[in-house]
Amino acid sequence: MSATWITVLVTGVGTIVLKAVGPVGVAGRELPPRVASLLSMIGPAILAALVVTETFADGRSLVVDARIVGIAAGAVAVLLRAPLWAVVVAGGAATAVARLIS
Amino acid sequence: MRKGLRVIAPLLPAAFAIGASFGVLARASHFSAVAAVVMSATTFAGSSQVAAASILGAGGGIAAAVLAALLLNLRYTPMGVTVAQSFHGLPVWRRLAEAQLLVDESWALAGGGTRRFDRRMMLAMGAAMWFAWVGGTAAGALLGSVVSDVSSFGLDGAFAALFLALLAAQVTNRRALAAAVLGAAIAAVLTPLTPPGVPIIAATAAVLVGWKRA
Repeated sequence: MSATWITVLVTGVGTIVLKAVGPVGVAGRELPPRVASLLSMIGPAILAALVVTETFADGRSLVVDARIVGIAAGAVAVLLRAPLWAVVVAGGAATAVARLIS
Repeated sequence: MRKGLRVIAPLLPAAFAIGASFGVLARASHFSAVAAVVMSATTFAGSSQVAAASILGAGGGIAAAVLAALLLNLRYTPMGVTVAQSFHGLPVWRRLAEAQLLVDESWALAGGGTRRFDRRMMLAMGAAMWFAWVGGTAAGALLGSVVSDVSSFGLDGAFAALFLALLAAQVTNRRALAAAVLGAAIAAVLTPLTPPGVPIIAATAAVLVGWKRA
């Protein structure tokens, strides 16, 4: 089986279980606030790491290339409270233009 | 049910568009179109799917891709726990199936985390989001067969911007901001030192900043 399919299937089954834990397992109990608070910070930590690697990583090196223009355009769109699709389009278009003229 | 569909309608084009972006990215990361659609149909959680595809695309291993995706989806467990009471009395297979329609949007807009949580509204909204998401992925995966490399058309920059937008939506307080800044720093330091994917997993250590004050 290819790496892609293993990733798709294991992630799929794992996510199905994570979503079902509450509705199937516990009847309306709350998680301890401390645990809930820590869990809520995992998303920001991972997404910020992904912003860094998607913008600066090239294999194992950190580089500054056209993507920096894309992330800057995306940041402006986020600050202007643009909808998600507009942020993505701004990031892609700015990167493509920067790559074309550099 | 009608009310749920009316509330969720403005979000459907966005779900379709982001689903399409995932489809394109997945193709550029050497997923088959079928694998991309199966992932959207089963995982049905945008940021985790984009993360897994981008880690595999960058040459990271299966373990790093799966772990990053599941860590991003860990939040569904506390979200599911907050609404568990509304599933009381249903057979197990229905709870298992209906729980799959929990996504950030359907949970939040149906009143997740409050006493007014409306399960039927969550189901209608989740189902509408599912069709938009899977349909968008299929469209993107077909379109993506012409894309051979993530750097074509600035797609790599588009995904950096997508992660930034998803991040902005989750940074709702100072602790989340601290976790984001530290997570970014960890990723930057580890990128030259470890294989692709590992810096993403290691960034979760940033949640420990909240341990003392939590």
